[in-house]
Amino acid sequence: MTSRVLNLVLKRLGIAAITLLIVLFAVFFATSMLPGDTASMLLGQAATPEAVAGLREAMHLNDPAILRFLRWLLGLLHGDLGTSYANEMPIATLIGGRLVNTMKLAGITALLSVPLALTLGITAAMLRGSVYDRTVTILSIGLISVPEFMVATLAVLLFAVYLKWLPALSSVNEAHSLTDLVRIYAMPVITLTFVISAQMIRMTRAAVIETLSTPYVEMALLKGASRIRMVMRHALPNALGPIVNAVALSLSYLVGGVIIVETIFNYPGIAKLMVDAVATRDLPLIQSCAMIFCLGYLLLITTADIIAIVSNPRLR
Amino acid sequence: MTMARAATPRRSFLGHSYNLVGVVASLVILAWTLIAIFAPYVLPHPIGDIVDDDYFGPMRQGLWLGSDYLGRDMLSRVLMGARYTVGISLAAVCIACFSGVVLGMVAAVTGGWLDTCLSRFLDAMNSIPSKLFGLVVVAAVGSSVPVLILTLAVIYIPGAYRFARALAVNINTMDFMTVARVRGESTFYLIGSEILPNIMRPVLADFGLRFVFIVLLLSGLSFLGLGLQPPLADWGALVRENIGALPFAAPAVIVPSLAIASLTISVNLLIDNLPKKIRDRDA
Repeated sequence: MTSRVLNLVLKRLGIAAITLLIVLFAVFFATSMLPGDTASMLLGQAATPEAVAGLREAMHLNDPAILRFLRWLLGLLHGDLGTSYANEMPIATLIGGRLVNTMKLAGITALLSVPLALTLGITAAMLRGSVYDRTVTILSIGLISVPEFMVATLAVLLFAVYLKWLPALSSVNEAHSLTDLVRIYAMPVITLTFVISAQMIRMTRAAVIETLSTPYVEMALLKGASRIRMVMRHALPNALGPIVNAVALSLSYLVGGVIIVETIFNYPGIAKLMVDAVATRDLPLIQSCAMIFCLGYLLLITTADIIAIVSNPRLR
Repeated sequence: MTMARAATPRRSFLGHSYNLVGVVASLVILAWTLIAIFAPYVLPHPIGDIVDDDYFGPMRQGLWLGSDYLGRDMLSRVLMGARYTVGISLAAVCIACFSGVVLGMVAAVTGGWLDTCLSRFLDAMNSIPSKLFGLVVVAAVGSSVPVLILTLAVIYIPGAYRFARALAVNINTMDFMTVARVRGESTFYLIGSEILPNIMRPVLADFGLRFVFIVLLLSGLSFLGLGLQPPLADWGALVRENIGALPFAAPAVIVPSLAIASLTISVNLLIDNLPKKIRDRDA
């Protein structure tokens, strides 16, 4: 890796860090604008004005916003996420188990969708123009064009209502055996896989087709290489960068996907926690959840950009 | 090696050839637009009236799309939903594309610190997942039609900006731009008369794509209960209201989903099947 690539990567990381700060700032201020006074809400209707004022003082709600932001940021650096307003539990404990659940869901989805999407994308590109290619393309355009909740409702209709293979709702606590586990995860994972794969298939197909139209692949064709060899030996190694980039980018769609999927399937993950927190106006909890989502999203798109930089042979 | 399948042009109109898919897609879009405009005049039943004794009723004469969870006419509600889904999305995409494209062109023409600051800031905005942004903002300031339109517009300004700026930067290096600058033309003239006509067609295609994103996000938010509030209901809210119909596979939950899909798929297909001359960036 030359210093030029290293420079570009460092610059990209710097931009990511600045972006993270701006995002944290935006999340903090958006949640500070939530209507209603937290102190009077916590104490209920019977609270005396003195009690409310006292609590406001104790919670530092009277301080200027920028001070509260800095205090929050400092707490984050120490690993202190604050306390939930709604049930006064430390946010770290509230989020902990939920985060693991969401990561499990995302991990299983990634494990399933990446190989599936790559196979479909690459083969569609190899057989470009065939009936197979057109079917894959039309299906993926269709999937991208519909909202996630529609994919989820269709999956429920098909697998739970008509075929009766799977339960419509999932509850992680009721998992006693392997079959239970499969039945619980099946529906959310199927939905998410559909949503993620469609993007990945399209981007992979585009990347392979672009390499297939380069002069050196034409050269391979002219010297009589078989189509498989042409793709495997000549095109794929060069399309690898764009493909991995596409995978990382598509995985960032998981962030939007889990919000809908966890809500519709009542899956006890962090997205469900956040949607519930919005309903109860639990500021610190919303901030922490939003931060985790932004962090994951930023991590994925930064990785995608860095892979694109490192894999670009022109920069070596 | 040209393995590309040549699109078969079937129609010729205004000097462009269209294929069948494109024509069908534009007809669907036209139909939804007309419905959105004239919905109140063609409703078979008022949207709030309970017309069925049963909830989640099946399709039958008089109630062509069955009834919803309160026994209201589903057809009327879907027709009226078109108004909100299409109207809000269209307003949002107009604001987003107008602001994004103007800012992008100004940034490309002016360059310097303005360009750098704008690009950095909007890139940072782009790094917030759209659904999360909508969730936080709508929760913060409550959900009403103007708030929804503005939120959706703000979310998609960075994308429109990036797209327009990339196109405008290319045009900016052309000789006629140097000539115009030497003539001493104002920035306003430069972006309006020199750049805009040259990037108009790809920008219009981008407008369509962004419209689809906005329809999907609006439906998603409404589905989460954070979009349009009752008694108003767009298509996403209709799915949410009637999600209880899922176990019975009643039309009440399927039809609004299909309405969203028909609109978004049509716009995507129309853009994919636009004559190459209009679609391509460098045309």
